[in-house]
Amino acid sequence: MTVVGRTLKAMEVDTRILGMVGALLVIWLAFHIWTGGLFITPRNLFNLSVQTASVAVMACSMVLIIVARHIDLSVGSLLGFLAMFMGVVQTEWLPDLFGGAEGPAFGHAWIWVVTLLAGIAMGALIGALQGYIIGFLAVPAFIVTLGGLLVWRGAAWWITTGQTISPLDANFRWLGGGAEGSLYLWPSWIVGIFTCAAICFSIWWARRERRRFDFPQKPLWAEYTIAATLSALVIAFVATMTSYQVPSRAAERVYALRGWEVPEDGVHLVFGIAIPVLILGIIAVVMTILARRTRFGRYVFAMGGNPDAAQLAGINTKRMTLWIFVIMGVLCAISAAIASARLASADNAVGTLDELRVIAAAVIGGTSLSGGRGTIFGAILGALVMQSLQSGMAMVGVDAPMQNIVIGIVLVLAVYVDQLYRRRTED
Amino acid sequence: MNGADPLVEMRDIHVAFGGVQAVDGVSIDLYPGEVVGLLGHNGAGKSTLIKVLSGAYQSRSGEIYVQGRKAEIHNPRDARKYNIETIYQTLALADNLDAAANLFLGREIRQRNGLLDEVRMEAEARQILKRLNPNFTKFHQPVASLSGGQRQAVAIARAVYFEAKILIMDEPTAALGVEETRMVADLIQQLKREGIGIFLISHDIHDVFDLADRLTVMKNGKLVGTVRTQDVTQDEVLGMIILGKMPEGAAQKADA
Repeated sequence: MTVVGRTLKAMEVDTRILGMVGALLVIWLAFHIWTGGLFITPRNLFNLSVQTASVAVMACSMVLIIVARHIDLSVGSLLGFLAMFMGVVQTEWLPDLFGGAEGPAFGHAWIWVVTLLAGIAMGALIGALQGYIIGFLAVPAFIVTLGGLLVWRGAAWWITTGQTISPLDANFRWLGGGAEGSLYLWPSWIVGIFTCAAICFSIWWARRERRRFDFPQKPLWAEYTIAATLSALVIAFVATMTSYQVPSRAAERVYALRGWEVPEDGVHLVFGIAIPVLILGIIAVVMTILARRTRFGRYVFAMGGNPDAAQLAGINTKRMTLWIFVIMGVLCAISAAIASARLASADNAVGTLDELRVIAAAVIGGTSLSGGRGTIFGAILGALVMQSLQSGMAMVGVDAPMQNIVIGIVLVLAVYVDQLYRRRTED
Repeated sequence: MNGADPLVEMRDIHVAFGGVQAVDGVSIDLYPGEVVGLLGHNGAGKSTLIKVLSGAYQSRSGEIYVQGRKAEIHNPRDARKYNIETIYQTLALADNLDAAANLFLGREIRQRNGLLDEVRMEAEARQILKRLNPNFTKFHQPVASLSGGQRQAVAIARAVYFEAKILIMDEPTAALGVEETRMVADLIQQLKREGIGIFLISHDIHDVFDLADRLTVMKNGKLVGTVRTQDVTQDEVLGMIILGKMPEGAAQKADA
């Protein structure tokens, strides 16, 4: 074993994740050179982070579905349906409801929250329906969600007979990022520093727990290296996001909107972390805890590893299946909010082909289609890899059909390399 | 046997799959500290019968009594409530999870905040697996990467840890080497001394003849009979398995 190999082993780093990060860096560098220095810039990385968020949010729960040996082909259509549903709720129902006698109350402060909650409830309901048919009526997930792909896309059209809903509620649009939907300078740094503290705390806590039972520990230097590396990445990310300036006209708009006092030397505003990226971060943490530290997550993986064993261990696999699809529905709603808010409108084509992007993100991120294996973090990286390829190719002027060809080939190649890697490490 | 209530009694069990009678009116019992070998060809219905007891299958009719009381077993969780633990022939392990996760599958230890107490589970797993198999070291690998004997140790640990009173072992030594088979035999002796009743299922008489106190033979879903091991020869039992007939003279003593 080489020195590098020994070091990584002592640190217990997942080399497959490391490989993906490496592949991502290669892609970034290649496009950076190809575009003459336009790719690795605060502006582009900010846009990349926002563009990745919607697919990455859905990929978080697609991991659970695939790990449990199911599949969900309906997420793109479901996203479209939920975007239209939330569009109608926020532009037609709620303004009337909150407005009363004086006419519709557009821009009411509660509209975005209630809309989001309504969308989440509807997503959960649809997820429960699909999950019930799959779990309790034992129709294969492939068929149920293939049906769902048609049903929900059709239903999305039906809501407004195909009309686009625009503009969406002003507060709701913050969910999509942009000049109004960012954390700006100080809140971004607070989030960043809090994240670093959480990383250090969790490493310290894990060490303490293992000491409780006198378990073998990682060497201290390995813990320090991991904590330092992760913290450095977080700080680099926040530094990059906060060095992207909001254009002065948009900045003036934000100052006016928030009622901030304009300083004498004019407005200066940086984007910082975009709201959708913050949402993605929170969902990633919650989903990782759910997958790795709760009974629910443990059962999902057990079902994927050996469905019979899970059943014989007394796990109610039918009910588990139902809940897994409820979670998918909820995250579809959050994705739908992000996607439609970013476009500032909802039309019945939102989310077209997203099911393939989401599944591809999970699979590129190391989720095994035969079940039992996958990580949330990997799926998010997978989404980032795909979005980087797509944005990069768009920047250098590759035609859309050619982009699809490249991404299709990358998907197959990624899974092939992953299998080679597994065969080699498992024997 | 010695006047005590049987640990478990299955009376007149019927199981059917479609039109096929897999188990047809079979009754068996098991006493504390006793090993009952359940013999028969593949397809004789012995695994099906025992899966009714472990909650994996439902019987069409018939009753189960645990320590003299009627037991309602509709799923594996119910069976576990009666301290009935099963070691399946397939071992029923989730190959992608590690030893501790498999040991506690369905009965995880949780912290007060509801999250899994992984460190405690690992500690418990280390303790019991060390006892069952001193060579066990791979606590962080998925059980797919373990040897047959180590995988079996995980499956056995699951039964032992949760204090089985009634232990069902389905072809426990079929996939094991000589050394590991001997370890399983030692373990069965030890559990017996602790007063645990064990059903030992096998299609091969040599696996069970030395371990079992009584032998129950099934053929084509029906009970051939039950004999005390000390009253019969291996050839006589072989005759029961193949011909489906009780040996001369043994018939009356069966239910002693």
